[in-house]
Amino acid sequence: MASSGTRTLVRGRIGELVLRPDGVPKVTGAFQFASDLSREGMAWGVTVRSPHAHARIAAIDVSEAAALHGVLAVLTHADVPGRKTYGMEHHDQPVLAWDEVRYEGEPVVIVAAVDLETARLAAARVRVHYEELPVVTWDDGIVLRHVPIRHGDQEVSAEVVVSGTYEVGMQDQAFLGPESGLAIPAEDGGIDLHVATQWLHVDQEQVAASTGLTLEQTRLHLAGVGGAFGGREDVSMQIHASLLALRSGRPVKMVYTREESFYGHVHRHPARMRYEHGATRDGRLVYVKADVLLDGGAYASSSPAVVSNAATFAVGPYRVESATIDATVTLTNNPPCGAMRGFGAVQVAFAHEAQMDRLAAALGIDPVDLRIANALTTGDRMITGQLVEGPAPVAELLERLRAMPLPPDTAMLPSDQRDLPGGLANVTHGEGVRRGVGYAIGFKNIGFSEGFDDYATARVRVSLVDGAPRVEVHTAACEVGQGLVTVLAQIARTELEIADVVVLQADTLVGSAGSTSASRQTWMTGGAVRLACEAVRARLHELSPERHVEETAEHHHRPTVPLDPVTGQGDSVVALAFAAHRAVADVDCELGLVRVVEIATSQDVGRIINPIQCEGQIQGGIAQGLGLAVMEEIQLGAGRIRNASFTDYLIPTVLDMPTVRLDILETPHPLAPYGLNGVGEPPTIASTPAVVAALRDASGIALARVPVRPEDLTTSSSSVSSS
Amino acid sequence: MTVLRPATLAAALAARSEHPGALLVAGGTDAMVAINSGRLRAEVTVDLTGVGELASWSRSGSTIRIGSGLTYTRLIAELGDLCPGLAMASRTVGSPQIRNRGTVGGNVATASPAGDALPPLVAAGAVIELASTDGVRRVPIGAFLVGPKRSLLAPNELITAIELPVARGPQQFSKVGPRNAMVIAVCSLAVDVDVASRRVAVAIGSAGPTTLRALEAEAVASAAIDWTTGALGDADLARFAALVAQAARPIDDVRGTAAYRRHALAVLARRSLGWSLEALRRAVA
Repeated sequence: MASSGTRTLVRGRIGELVLRPDGVPKVTGAFQFASDLSREGMAWGVTVRSPHAHARIAAIDVSEAAALHGVLAVLTHADVPGRKTYGMEHHDQPVLAWDEVRYEGEPVVIVAAVDLETARLAAARVRVHYEELPVVTWDDGIVLRHVPIRHGDQEVSAEVVVSGTYEVGMQDQAFLGPESGLAIPAEDGGIDLHVATQWLHVDQEQVAASTGLTLEQTRLHLAGVGGAFGGREDVSMQIHASLLALRSGRPVKMVYTREESFYGHVHRHPARMRYEHGATRDGRLVYVKADVLLDGGAYASSSPAVVSNAATFAVGPYRVESATIDATVTLTNNPPCGAMRGFGAVQVAFAHEAQMDRLAAALGIDPVDLRIANALTTGDRMITGQLVEGPAPVAELLERLRAMPLPPDTAMLPSDQRDLPGGLANVTHGEGVRRGVGYAIGFKNIGFSEGFDDYATARVRVSLVDGAPRVEVHTAACEVGQGLVTVLAQIARTELEIADVVVLQADTLVGSAGSTSASRQTWMTGGAVRLACEAVRARLHELSPERHVEETAEHHHRPTVPLDPVTGQGDSVVALAFAAHRAVADVDCELGLVRVVEIATSQDVGRIINPIQCEGQIQGGIAQGLGLAVMEEIQLGAGRIRNASFTDYLIPTVLDMPTVRLDILETPHPLAPYGLNGVGEPPTIASTPAVVAALRDASGIALARVPVRPEDLTTSSSSVSSS
Repeated sequence: MTVLRPATLAAALAARSEHPGALLVAGGTDAMVAINSGRLRAEVTVDLTGVGELASWSRSGSTIRIGSGLTYTRLIAELGDLCPGLAMASRTVGSPQIRNRGTVGGNVATASPAGDALPPLVAAGAVIELASTDGVRRVPIGAFLVGPKRSLLAPNELITAIELPVARGPQQFSKVGPRNAMVIAVCSLAVDVDVASRRVAVAIGSAGPTTLRALEAEAVASAAIDWTTGALGDADLARFAALVAQAARPIDDVRGTAAYRRHALAVLARRSLGWSLEALRRAVA
């Protein structure tokens, strides 16, 4: 390209504060989300769902629905031309149920009509005759996967032993953009599906398998995504809209309602956990024993991988001589559970951090000191036997966190009612309010584990446009709101020293980028863009007005292996990321209401690629962790969701989310491009136990379950409910 | 679907009379959610937002007349001094966007046991003005609200106004929810202290089939308060709080347990009457 001897650095490289292109359009309402898609002659699709958590389907009668004027297609399982089941790894989930429905909200019939109103009317006229069956939940689920870990001497005893039972409720991703997409029949007999998703290629395979189309005929295009957090990794309306479009010959749009969205995606696994920690009197961890039970709901989804994570991270980022872990995920008639930010590490972090506090109390040691004394560090082995090779600044993060100033003590009443528990609801003017402080630390894997090669592909082209070089970056990596588009452009500018970078809309016309999950996209697809740019750079001398330069590259992380099914040993993870949190909370101990005053965090991000986005990920992850701590739960009764709405499934508002005091550590990760590390998930792991530790400190109540409800904070023995 | 947009009260009443089953939309903060979710279908909708007469308030002597279409945002800005309890309740409704659209009349018409504006209206002894092409009638709010989402509103009537007295002493409103904003009440409480007639009124929200008065608690407090000083003994305050909790008829539901609701109401009762009497003592001193 530029032949001049004086190169000036282009702006917008990695490390710089580059604003995201979708920011202003999202704030002004101009951004096109998947639910905003429209085409001439477009029809609407609607799903008929099971009202029962478990029932036999005796008969399905669609005649009345099909007879309605304006109805274009009414499809049942009999109309699925290809594979009748789907699923990311295990295709056990019916595209449309035939013999049995196994959870409330399971799709049974799909309808397309000329407009949404007609489609809904037709759906209401579908008659399904169910014979109800016993509902299986928690206590009698079928084991889907059991992950044992036997680390070190199994016949151990310790001078000091603490044990506890812990429970985590079912959290929802609560993304704001409901499942939506538009399937457009193509001239080649195939489909162009525009959809909000996290992983285009895994959707493509499943749509092709069930529609009977070839992969070439099944083209997926990323539409505007309104949040994901793991909840879009599984197929929702993708196959349904495609089937309806193929049958009706018209573009078919499907948009779930808010209520339907709660049935339309998987949730975070609820967990029941029993822990025992043994230590020496001077505070050295001797052993950890843990039984972890996850309710996987009706179908497999990514449960086998989630339970593996729950086992692998069960003791937290600590060095321990002996570990006996049994993590199990079961199939029940509860709503299916799968991927959600933190992926198995969240549930166990609530338990292991509560245990560390309990152990500190039993030993009379400061809880942060106890953590530091047992902190995992580079060169240690995890309980899976894997050597910690990358940075593991556990002690450093805790030291830095503790050194941060505390927010001012409000012995004097805050002047603003909004700063008190309950806010403007005016429940206290300071009466009953006590302050608590809690610390926690957590860690998890970056990238897919246990032998999965979740590589990423990038195609980079440089061409001359009116004499000036332009870079086009083409990948299938899904921008779900986290800012990947910004980061990929920064990488291209850094590598090619060309300012004009266009990141093309993601689609399946280029190779897979893997999933936007596991905090992996900047590492993996960013790495692929870097490799493609390097290849292009080597050929830039070929660039001319007539000739562009294009290269495609794949980035693979180092290989991993499955955990041994008996011992749970193996080098199963690619890399680790760590974050520590300190929460300060005011609790109205008479009413059990909470105002979290501040959350401070120390997180190692390897290297900051974009400071504002990095901070955004940390703030958002903490908000989600706070939500699990004090309000977010899908409440279940005999397999039925009792609060499928944002009226009753509560997520934190701006008056619940406190100021976040940030301390970002940059320890270059030797395996990653630019030394970066995953950022998105670690904030969600220890923030929940830190908040609950603060609530325990304020209330003196041994809170054993999240979310902590007001009634839990007003009774001395918090009850554990079952569902 | 037909949408009628009357510009005058007369036209609105005519539309109501002509389409008795029609869906009425004021702020739409309840109705539109139900329509969008597919739970509510209406052949005819009457949009009342164009009726200017409904969207104002006026004062006549010691009575405030609030048009049913007055938004919470305006109520908070304009009636904070005259009806402080109602203004406090209005501040706890939804988000700023909801308060910009939502109306007091809509809250009364929906008649939800969790309606935030209802406890202060019940405690103040508000009167609901109902109009139809046949004429106007006035019903005390306690009689108007007959059950969960059930009221005396006739199919041909509109709520045109809510009348309540200018505050006759300190008022409080408190609402318990597991989130610090934008939350449906787990339970709520309004306290209305009428200094002139030496009476305390209490209304309980979200802990019964409809908004409830706590009459026995009111009687005990009214008798026990030293009205010249504003003093009330701790034992009497505790008894008042216990009687408020007793007057509730809560259930276990997705938002909370009956036991917690009773407990929280006792706490709120003790605190709100305490704050009210503190204000009274400051006024006396």
